[in-house]
Amino acid sequence: MKALFSIAWRSAWNRRFTLALTVFSIALSTFLLLGVERIRTELRENFASSVSGTDLIVGARTGATQLLLYSVFRIGAATNNISWKSVQALAAHPGVDWVVPLSLGDSHRGFAVLATSPEYFTRFRYGNRQPLALREGKPFSALFDAVVGAEVADKLGYHVGQRITLAHGSGELNASEHADKPFTVVGVLARTGTPVDRTVHIGLEAMEAIHLEWVGGAPMPGVKIPAEQVRKFDLTPKNVTAALVGLKNRSAVFGVQRWISTYTGEPLMAILPGVALDELWSVIGIGENALLLMSALVALVSLAGLVSVVMAGLNERRRELAVLRAVGAGLRHVLALLALEGAMVTVLGVAFGVLMAVLGIALLAPWLQAQFGLTLTLSPPTLNEWLLMASLLVAGWLASLLPGIRAYRLSLADGLSPRI
Amino acid sequence: MSTVPQGEAAPTLRVVLAAEGLRFSWPGMARPCIDIEALRITAGEAVFLHGPSGCGKSTLLSLLAGVLVADEGRVMLLGHDWSQLSGAARDRCRVAHVGYIFQQFNLLPYLSVLDNVLLPCRFSQRRESQAARGGSAREEAEHLLEQMGLDHNLWKRQAMQLSVGQQQRVAAARALIGQPEVVIADEPTSALDEDRREAFLDVLLTACAVNNSALVFVSHDQRIAQRFARHVLLPEINRAAPAAMAADA
Repeated sequence: MKALFSIAWRSAWNRRFTLALTVFSIALSTFLLLGVERIRTELRENFASSVSGTDLIVGARTGATQLLLYSVFRIGAATNNISWKSVQALAAHPGVDWVVPLSLGDSHRGFAVLATSPEYFTRFRYGNRQPLALREGKPFSALFDAVVGAEVADKLGYHVGQRITLAHGSGELNASEHADKPFTVVGVLARTGTPVDRTVHIGLEAMEAIHLEWVGGAPMPGVKIPAEQVRKFDLTPKNVTAALVGLKNRSAVFGVQRWISTYTGEPLMAILPGVALDELWSVIGIGENALLLMSALVALVSLAGLVSVVMAGLNERRRELAVLRAVGAGLRHVLALLALEGAMVTVLGVAFGVLMAVLGIALLAPWLQAQFGLTLTLSPPTLNEWLLMASLLVAGWLASLLPGIRAYRLSLADGLSPRI
Repeated sequence: MSTVPQGEAAPTLRVVLAAEGLRFSWPGMARPCIDIEALRITAGEAVFLHGPSGCGKSTLLSLLAGVLVADEGRVMLLGHDWSQLSGAARDRCRVAHVGYIFQQFNLLPYLSVLDNVLLPCRFSQRRESQAARGGSAREEAEHLLEQMGLDHNLWKRQAMQLSVGQQQRVAAARALIGQPEVVIADEPTSALDEDRREAFLDVLLTACAVNNSALVFVSHDQRIAQRFARHVLLPEINRAAPAAMAADA
C-alpha cells in the first residue's frame, strides 16, 4: 500500500497542472460556500444583536418592519412623528420604567444624526445586553455637544474636540447645512457592530435648537437666530420620531403594547424588537438562501469540472494503468490508486479553500466592517461549516471516483493491451 | 518443483506454460477467436509466435498471461490453472511468474528508470526476494540495466526522457527482474529501427537464457524469426483463425 501511495503521488505530480486546476476549482467552491455561510451567520448575528434590552419601540402608526428599520437601522424615514405629549404620557404609565425618545432626520456627511436624551447611553443595549461604552470623552452635556459612533470617528478621523456641522435631511450632498450652529464632538463610542457605530448622537434640545428658524423643512427666509440666543427659546421638543421603552416588568409587555395602540391622543403603535427583527429577517432570509443556493450550484459546477477534467485525462492514463496491471497491480490496486488520487485532490482543494476563507475573512473583515458595517470574526468553524466541509469532501471524492470507476472498467476490458 | 540445480544452463524440460483444448470468444461475438488444441512452452525456451494481424495474437497473450480466462479448456502456468484462481490471485500469480513487454509505452513516465525496473518487486514479494538473492533488488536492477547496455547516467532519469529504443530495453530489464519463469513480449521491436531491433533482440535473448526464463515473443516480422529456436505460426494452431490466414502466412 505504501508503494501504491508513492506511485499515486508521483503520478498525480506528473499531471500536476491539470490537477492543480481541479484543486483550485474545489478550493474556490469551498471558499465560496464557507464565505457565504460565514457571512450569512454573522449577518444574522449582527442583525439580531442590533437592539436588546428594549421591551418596546413606539412610533407613529406604520408597519412594524418600517418602524424597526428607521428607529434601529436608520433606514428610511418616518411618515409621522409622535408628539412630546404622548411621550410624556407614556413615561407616566405605571408599567413603564424608562423612555428614551429618538429624533431622526438630520445627517452628518452621510451618517444619521440621532437626537436623544442622555439616558440613551445608559439604557440602550445591544448584542447580549451589552451597554454602550465610550472609548473617548464623555456623553453630551452642553447644548451643542455631539457623541459619534466608532465608524463615524474612524472614517472621518474625528476625535474629541472636533467641530462639526449637521445637514438637514439625509444624504451626502445636502445644501441645507446647519452651518450657523456647529457642534463639538465630546465623546466617541466604542465599536458595537450595530448601526450605533454609524450614528452621530446629539441632545433633543440641540435638535430643537438647530431647527428653531426652520419651517416645513426649509429655513424661514430672513430669520436668523444666532447660536448664543437659542437658550432664550423653549427647547423642549414638540415631537420625536420614536421612543425606546423599558418596562418595570417584562410580563406586562402585551398590556402596555395594547395600551399604546389604543392611546387616544394620536395613533401610535408599539413593537417588540425581537419579534420585529425576526419578521424582518424572514424577508431578508430569502436573499440569504438564494446566496447559499448559488454557492451550492458553484460547488456543483466545480465538481462537474473535476469529473470532466479527470475524464478527459483518462485516455492518457489507460496506458499507465495497463503498465501497472502488467507489473502486478491488481484491479483493486487500480481502484485504490484512483480513489487515493481523488481523495488527495479533494482534501487539498478543501484545505486550500479553508485557507482562502481564513485569509479572506482576516483581510476583508476591516473593509466589510467599514463598508457594510458587517462584523466578521475569525472563529473555529461552526457545526454548519464542518458539515459543509465534510459534504464537500465526500462529494468531491465521489465525483472523482466516477472517472475512477470508468478507468477501472476500461482497465478491466483492456487487460494488458489498451486499444488506443 | 524442479530438482535440477539452478544456475547451470542445462535447460530442463519442465513445462512452464501450457494450453489445452483452449477456446475463447469475445463477448458478443458468435465465432470463437481462439481455438487451440495444445500449446506447451518449456522452461528457458525462446518461442517466436507469429502470424498476420487479426489472427488472435494479442488475445492469446492475454489468455496466457491470465488477463483473460478461457471459455473452455485451460491455460496452466507452472501447473496452476488460471481459471481456478480468483481475479486477485491471478494478479498475484501473474506478477510472481510473468514478465510482460509491450509494443511501446512500457514505462511509467513519472518514475525514474531504476524505479520502473523495480516495479514488479513492489507488487510481488517473490520477485523482490528472487531479485535480492545476489544482494539487493536494486543491485539486480542495476545489473540488468547494465546487461541491457543502458548507461549509469540514465538510471536516475525520468523514463520519459529516454528514446524509444532505450525505453524498450528498460522494459526488458523490468520483465526480467526477479527471474520470472515466463517473459511475454508483444511485438516489442515494432517501434525500433533495424539496428536497434537487432541489438534489442541480442540483449533480450541473452538475458532470458541467463535467467532461464521462457520467452514468448510475438511478432509479425519474419526478418527476426531466425533468432528463435522454435517458431509457432498462430493461424496453424488456432483453428478459429480464418482459413485464408493459414494459407497466406
